[in-house]
Amino acid sequence: MKKLVISVYRYNPDVDNAPYMKDYALEVEDGQDMMVLDLLLKLKEQDPTLAFRRSCREGVCGSDGLNMNGKNGLACITPMSALKGNKIVIRPLPGLPVIRDLIVDMTQFYQQYEKIKPYLINDDKTPPARERLQSPEERAKLDGLYECILCACCSTSCPSFWWNPEKFIGPAGLLQAYRFLIDSRDTATEERLGDLDDAFSVFRCHGIMNCVSVCPKGLNPTKAIGHIKSMLLSRAI
Amino acid sequence: MVKVATTFGRSGTTDYVLLRASAIILALYAIFMVSFLVSAETVNYAVWTNLFAGLGMKIFTMLALTSVLIHGWIGIWQVLTDYIKRSGLRAFIQFVVCVMLIVCWFAGLLVVWPVEGV
Ligand code: SF4
Ligand code: SF4
Ligand code: FES
Repeated sequence: MKKLVISVYRYNPDVDNAPYMKDYALEVEDGQDMMVLDLLLKLKEQDPTLAFRRSCREGVCGSDGLNMNGKNGLACITPMSALKGNKIVIRPLPGLPVIRDLIVDMTQFYQQYEKIKPYLINDDKTPPARERLQSPEERAKLDGLYECILCACCSTSCPSFWWNPEKFIGPAGLLQAYRFLIDSRDTATEERLGDLDDAFSVFRCHGIMNCVSVCPKGLNPTKAIGHIKSMLLSRAI
Repeated sequence: MVKVATTFGRSGTTDYVLLRASAIILALYAIFMVSFLVSAETVNYAVWTNLFAGLGMKIFTMLALTSVLIHGWIGIWQVLTDYIKRSGLRAFIQFVVCVMLIVCWFAGLLVVWPVEGV
C-alpha cells in the first residue's frame, strides 16, 4: 500500500473566514492508478462536506474543470499518474469567484460566450424547404471548433481573461465566435466582426497559448483567434 | 461590444496595425543605428553631426520618434488596463506617460531638425 497526500482547496463562505488548503491522506495499492475524479469521490466518502461538480465522468459534460498541480484539466480524464510531483494539489479553476470549495461561479464565462451570439443567424428570406446544405469542404471547416464542451479550462488559464474577464471574450468564446464566422450557412459575418472590433474582445489575446496547452479536447483557440484577427484586418483594409 | 475612448486608434484593429507598424519602423531604425555604429571607422562629433544633417535622416528619426509615441501610448494603455484597476490612478499614470512621450517627440524635433553639417 502507498500513502498519498492530497491537498485540497476548501472554502465555505458560511463558515470560513478565508479559504485554506486541507490535507487528506489516502491509501492506494502499489502501482494502482485512477482518475483524479475517483480520488475526489474517495475523499468525499471520508469528508462529505467536500464540494465539487461532476456529471458524465468521461470528459463529455465539462463540469469538473479543476486546477490539478497547477494545470487546468478535467478531473475525470486526468489520471493521477499524469500529475507531476509527490503531492497532489487540487484547486478550483483560477480567476473565477469561488462559490464553495472547488465550485466556481461561471457567470462571467457564460456572459462572454453569450456575447458572441452562439447560434446560426441567417437572413435568407426564402429558406430551403428541407435544410441548409453544406458541401463536405464547408462542413470540414467546423472541425476543431464545434467539439468544445465549454469546460472553461482554457479561459481560466488565460492571463488576459484573468485581468479583464468582463471585457475580453476569452479563448472559449472566441473559438465559438470563429465557429460561426466561418459557417457557410451564417450570413451575419459582417455584424459579428463589427462587434469584435474593439481593443478588448479579441485583441487582448497576446498569443500566450496557455489555452492550447490545457484544452482537454485538444482544440486550438489561439489558431482560431489568429483567423479572427486576419478577418478583422482584411475587413479594415 | 466594448467601447473605450482612451486608446490611440479608433478600433482594436487600428490599434493592432499601428502597434505593429510602429514596431517595424523602430526595428529598422535600431538596425540602421547599430550597423552605422559598427561600420563607421570613427564616430566623432563631425561624423555624428553629418549623419543627422541629411533630410532623409531627419525624416527617418522623426518617424522613429513618432513610432515611439504611438507604440508607447498604445502599449502602456494595454499594460495599465491589465494591471491597474483603479480608474483614477490609471488615468493619471496614462496622462503622465503620454505627456512624457509628447515632450520626447518635440524635444527630438527641436534637437534634430536644426542640425547642419560641418
Ligand atoms: S493565446 Fe490568447 S486566448 Fe490563449 S491563453 Fe494566450 S492570451 Fe489567452
Ligand atoms: S476550448 Fe477546450 S478548454 Fe476551452 S472550453 Fe472548449 S473544451 Fe474547454
Ligand atoms: S465529469 Fe463530465 S467532463 Fe468530467
